[in-house]
Order: sequence, then structure tokens, then C-alpha cells
Amino acid sequence: MDRRHFLSIGAAGVAAAWLPRVGFAQPGEGLGYRRLLVLVELKGGNDALNAVVPYADPAYYALRPRLAIKRDEVLQLDERTGLHPALKPLHGLWEAKDLAIVQGVGYPQPNLSHFRSIEIWDTASRSDQYLGEGWLARAFAAQRVPAEFAADGVVVGASDFGPLAGTGTRTIALTDTEQFLRQARLGNTPARRGNAALNHIVKVQDDIAQAAAHLNPNIAFKTAFPRSPFGNAVRTAAQLAANPAGIGAIRLSLNGFDTHQNQANVHQRLLGELAEGLAALKGALLEVGRWQSTLVMTYAEFGRRPRENNSGGTDHGTAAAHFVAGGGVRGGLYGEPPRLEQLQGGNLMHAVDFRSLYATALEQWWGMKSQGPLGGRFQALDLLKA
Amino acid sequence: MRHHAQRTSFAAAAVFASLLVWACAAGAQSPAARPAGGALGRDAARHLLNRTGFDAQPARIEALAQLSRRDAVESVLAATSTTARTPPPAWAGEFVSPRRGRDLTDAERKEFQRELREHALELKGWWVTEMLTTPSPLTERMTLFWHNHFTSSLQKVRSGTLMYRQNVLLRRHALGNFAALLKGVSRDPAMLVYLDSATNRRGQPNENFAREVMELFTLGEGHYTEADIREAARAFTGWSIDRESGEFLWRPRAHDTGPKTVLGRTGDFQGDDVLDLLLARPETAEFISAKLWKEFISPEPDRQAVRRIAVAFRNSGYDIKTALRALFMSDAFFAEQNRGALVKSPVEFVVGTMRQFNVGYSDPLPLTLLLRTLGQDVFSPPNVKGWPGGDAWINSTTLLARRQFLDRLFRVDEAHMAAQMKSARTKGAPGGPDGRERFMRAALDIRFSSAEWLRQFDNGPRGGSLQQVVLPLPPAVALPTGGQGIELIRALTADPAYQLK
Repeated sequence: MDRRHFLSIGAAGVAAAWLPRVGFAQPGEGLGYRRLLVLVELKGGNDALNAVVPYADPAYYALRPRLAIKRDEVLQLDERTGLHPALKPLHGLWEAKDLAIVQGVGYPQPNLSHFRSIEIWDTASRSDQYLGEGWLARAFAAQRVPAEFAADGVVVGASDFGPLAGTGTRTIALTDTEQFLRQARLGNTPARRGNAALNHIVKVQDDIAQAAAHLNPNIAFKTAFPRSPFGNAVRTAAQLAANPAGIGAIRLSLNGFDTHQNQANVHQRLLGELAEGLAALKGALLEVGRWQSTLVMTYAEFGRRPRENNSGGTDHGTAAAHFVAGGGVRGGLYGEPPRLEQLQGGNLMHAVDFRSLYATALEQWWGMKSQGPLGGRFQALDLLKA
Repeated sequence: MRHHAQRTSFAAAAVFASLLVWACAAGAQSPAARPAGGALGRDAARHLLNRTGFDAQPARIEALAQLSRRDAVESVLAATSTTARTPPPAWAGEFVSPRRGRDLTDAERKEFQRELREHALELKGWWVTEMLTTPSPLTERMTLFWHNHFTSSLQKVRSGTLMYRQNVLLRRHALGNFAALLKGVSRDPAMLVYLDSATNRRGQPNENFAREVMELFTLGEGHYTEADIREAARAFTGWSIDRESGEFLWRPRAHDTGPKTVLGRTGDFQGDDVLDLLLARPETAEFISAKLWKEFISPEPDRQAVRRIAVAFRNSGYDIKTALRALFMSDAFFAEQNRGALVKSPVEFVVGTMRQFNVGYSDPLPLTLLLRTLGQDVFSPPNVKGWPGGDAWINSTTLLARRQFLDRLFRVDEAHMAAQMKSARTKGAPGGPDGRERFMRAALDIRFSSAEWLRQFDNGPRGGSLQQVVLPLPPAVALPTGGQGIELIRALTADPAYQLK
């Protein structure tokens, strides 16, 4: 193809040129993906004990003389569990019964390295098992996302693909939809394949062309988004969710949870950003009628050690509480409250395997079998409306 | 360093026509490029230069192509510098305790934050300038390699001075001795802050440094236990920082003097004893050698070859040049299947393009911000594991941003370029109208003069054809028929193969 001619066609030309290579959906294929999954990674390991606070447990206050959230400051959920005051906007979702909190999520033989533990979470592996692909990438391989979707997955504002990492998935990374489409107009020309690195670059070009052909950025929300990088990521997620062309899953990240030192202020800010962001996401998706068909789930490599350290922070821990939100969620507390009297090596024992959360998404949300992608049978949690 | 853009002239077009003949021999080596006798040849010379530096200038390719492999490798390893020649920012010599921020009023705190942001940009610009101008590119490549190994970040350290000092330390040992580097970094104040050693005290140790020194700096994951980490953390208690000078400070009263058991050995260890235990393990040399392999040869290290390199490395007492020499002399380094098998990092892409095409600039600011957009914000790695690199450098966001940079750089239509720059993202630029204006002016000063650059090919294809100089592999996309001069440069740099080294 003549390059100059090609460049002059612009974005519409790119779309047209690429469509035949992408193909169209088979009827009835993967209809469950009309329901969107939004994952929110709390990077660094959230101190869940100070987010979902066991405020009636004296052991909590004994372990955290400096860091504990005072009993009269927590937003009470029941007679023993409450939220950090910075999670006030999430409390609104709780009252609307749109928020499930799953306590004690973890896995056997926990690994305390950030990198290894997030790898375990991302690949849904056992602690002693090394898998190359993300759990969502494996799910998408088992049950294809319809070909007319803009992308299988979108990673917003981060460069690692986490659960979406895998050679077969059509995943794109972007920070801002308008900017992505503006830049994608530079055009693509079919390229030959070669070594693994070259193939990777050519595949990214293909995925860009596919997404650019299907995304529409002109969606204005009345909802105000927080003025923070996470707020911007939430706005982008809302735009993507509102798009007529489908997307299987969106992954957002909130950085900075590795609070070894002087945790109190940093953690308060992070929880505030998280809660405001998720509340804004709900507001925006309600506007476009997408809240009922969106499931939001937080995850992280681990929680933090129950006993605070000497630097006003907390070290790497194990099990933690996580949030599941959406119009299809049955709000309430799930899992088990932390058993601070029965620590193992100073850390919490888990009550819910993290792969049960994934099984919930795969089986209950998308209506697909989870055993294959998760490499085993994990009990889905009954936290969605029938 | 500053050039003025010239429109491609008709006079230059004749030169392009002759270049095109060379470019058409896509993939095939020209007769002159084939190694004669023991000589390296042009393609291998270009490969060696790009893999050990940022660019491959035609004149340098010609010179190295005549040498044997050994002589060429020695020439790359010889005369590497241990200091930067770009003068550091004026404030780099003075230490202002970041902790002072706590006792300040709101206005003073804001001023402190503003100064910190300004220092961060200056420091990044300083290093980018050094990489753009250094006559010892391998020094900067290795300094960056160690920065990505012994990571520290301005975000946490919050002192430009400490980060500058750490960079000086990394450069001093970049091609020296790994044991000395490890010991230097372990008591480096920026590192003490970054991994919380400064608050690691007897009674309640902070495990952060002890964990990362084993997992990321020496042994690699799986070669130690949680108990090793807890015990090692006790050995490092007492390593701290003098708040006034920002220098390392030994606080004997914070040190835990009891016996510790680390990696099966028991003693009243201090920090250096633990580092010696780690250096004594073969896993350390293998871990570093495999990482160097991925940096210089291919994404998939050959285990047996790595082991051999690791043995030589360890036996030399961790002489870094010994490891590099073994890597660069290996057949794998020059193997056909490993040409163009690595993705250029953002630094290699940006600095490499600027150097290869002798692009003029007045201020490194736009390049510094571009590196951040591309995912390699120097002095601010994402976390202690550093940038994952490899294929992960390229995703839709970063690939589009790379192509936009090239598109702007090699666009002949200057009016259009100016218009594009107006809409350019200035996120992270110094605040206010002044900062924006500085960014705009600097962005417009980034100029490529195709006529001037192509003149070096006037007397025949020095260093090989234009394509051989610019790409590590034949183009993945068919070149435009009749493309020449700036148009050929645009096509070659827009090719997916240009993202590889």
C-alpha cells in the first residue's frame, strides 16, 4: 500500500483497512461480556485493617497503639465492623446496598514479596506455582470476547497488564480516551511478523487499530470526577463503559499503599481517593444506565501486618478485606472478620480464597465455567442479586 | 548542539537517490558489509554499538567494522568514564533535610514542594543531557542499569541532592566492582530513606531493606526464607542518616547486637557481614549475570552460558567488566536470531534517536517529560523492582507516544509542527505561563536537519545503507516505492523494527 496515500485517509481509513482482519462475532458467543467487570488494584498492599476496622476488638487497639482508628471515628457497618472515616463516599454505596465487603481474602502459604504475591493474584496461581498468563487472559481464551468489541480489556493509566497479561488477548492501555484516538490517527500499515519482540509491537498496532475503530469519546457526564490521577482514570473508565462498542474488563490502579512509614495521613488520602472515585463511577454509570451491568472489584497483593511497626507504618501482611460494588451486588458483609487472636507468624489467616472472588466474577457475573481459567474448583460467593 | 532546521533541498535529493539504491537491498548485506577475514563487519559493528551505547554513527561503524571481535569489544570497554561531564545543578552540593518540611507553615511547605518539583526536573534534565552528550555511552547505559537494579525514587526520597549523590555513586562503580557497588549502595542515604533503613532499629526492625537486598539486589526470589529476612533486618539496625549533612551515620545504640542466623550461618552480624554472606553465594553472581544477559543479549538467557559467565564474574571478585566482556564476546551476543530481539527502552529510544540523527535542542525539558510519558521517568522508577522492561515497554499508550514523537521530529512541514506543539501535553512542566512558555520554546527548538545529516553519506554509504544504519532488522512494513531522503527516514523510523535494538 502506498504510504502517503494511506496516511491521508486518516482514522476512518485505518478502521476500514483493518476490519476484514478482525472479523465479526459469532451469534450467541460470550453474551455474558455485555456485563462489564472493573478491577481496581490497590498497589502496594492496602492496610485493610484500617479501612474495614474491627472497632470492637480490643486486640486491634493493642496491636496498633498509634495507628488504630478510634472507635468513635469509624463509620459503623454493624456492631463490630466499621469503615475508615475517609471512606465516607463508599458508605453511601453501602447504604444503597450496592457494596459488598469481603473480609479475610487471601491464599494458603502467603508470599510476602510484593512482586511474587501480585503475580500470584494476577495469574490466579497457587503460592508455589508459576503461571505466565493473567487469569482474565485465560478466561478470555476459554470464552472469547465478541470480535466486534472495542477490546477484550483496557488497562487505564498503568503499563503493567496484570490479570490481562497474555499473548492472546486484545488488551490496550490508555490514560485518556480523546488523546488515544487523536494519536491513533497516525495510522497503521500491515506489517510482517518476525521475532517475539517484533510480533509484540505489530500486535499492539493491531489492537490500537481495532480499539480506535470502535471507541467514541464524546460522552459528557454531569457527575464531577475527583481531581486526582485516580479520578481521571475513573472518568476514562466511565467513558469506556458508556461506549456502545463493548469491552470485557477494565483495570484501574491506585498507587501508594506500601505504607511502611508514617502511614496515617497517606492512607487517609488514598482511601479518600478510592471512595470518591468509586462514588463518581457509580454516579456516571447511573447517568448512562450502565451501573446495573457493571461489577467493580478491588484487589491487592496482600493486606498489611496487624501489628504496626516502629516507623508509624505497617509491614507486608497477608489476608485483607476487599470491596465489590455495582448495581447487581447484594450489599453486605461477607467472609470472616479478622481473627487477631490467632495470628500466624504475626499475620492473619485467610478465610476466603481470592480465587473465589474470581470465580464469582466468571460464574455469577459472566455465566461461564471458572474451573479451567482458575485451574481448580473455587466456590463462588453468593454476593450478586439473582 | 543547536541546529537550524532546513527544508529538504533539491540539491540533497540527488544524494537520496543514491541512498535509495542501498536501501533497496533490504536485508541483504552489501558486499562491503560482509566481514573479511577476522574483521567484525558493518552489521555486527552497528549491533555492538547500539547494544552497548545509544546510537551507531556511520564513521564509528566503519572504524569498528575493520576490527576483530576482540579488538572491537575491547575498544567499547576501554576508556569508559566514571564521572559525568555535564555540570550538576547548582543546588546538588547542598543538602536540605526533607524532614524539615514537617515544621514548616503551609506557605513554607508549598514553597518546599515547589522547589522539590523544580529540582526533580533539573536533575532529570541533567542526566538526560549527560546521556545525550557523553563520549562514554556504556557508562550511562550501565548507570541506568544499576539505577533500575538498586532503585530509589525521588517520590519517596524527596531530596534532589541525595538522589544526585546516589547517581554519582552508581556511575563511579557502574563498570567497576559489584561488591563495592552493593556495599556503597546499601549505606547510600537515598537508599536508606527509600527502603526505610533509616528507621530500622533494635527491638522493632523494619524489614524492607533486608527483604529487597536479598530478593532484588543479590540472590533473587526463592533463595532465602522469611526467617533470613527477619534476622538480616536485625543486622542492618543502626544504619542511619545524619539529618544535618545527609550523610550515612552509624548509630551504635540503635544496633541489635545479639546473634543472628542468616542463610544458615550464625554470628553477631553487622550489615556488611550479611552483604558478604550474600556475595559469597553463587546465586548472586548468576542473578546479576542473567539480568545483564537480558539487558544486552536477549529476553531468554541461556542458563548454561549464564552460569559460565557467573563463575567468571564471581572468580574475578565481581569485576563488572569481566562479566560484560564475557557477554559481549559470546557468540550469542552476535547471533542472527538475537539481532533486533530486544525492545528499546524509552531512554534508548529518545536518546538514541536524538544522537543518531544529531537532532538539535536547547533545553532537555521536553525530552525529560517525554520519557515520563513513555514510561521511564528517570529518578522515579515505579517501585523497588524498577521498570519491568522488555515487551512491557510497548503498549498502546507508549507506542502511540513514540510514533507521535517521531512524526513531529521528521515532519518537513514546520508550520504543522508548531501547531502540533501548541496542543502538546505540558503535564509536569514547571507551573505558570513562564513554565509553559519555556516548554513550548524548548519543544520548538528540537529540530532535525535532514540535509545536514544526510551529507555524511555524500561520498557513498558510510557505515552501510541508510536502512542498515537505522534499523536492526529489515523493515516489517514495505518501504514506500521511490521514497528517499527525509521520506525514507520517516518510513524507516515509523517501522516497527525501529523500536528494536
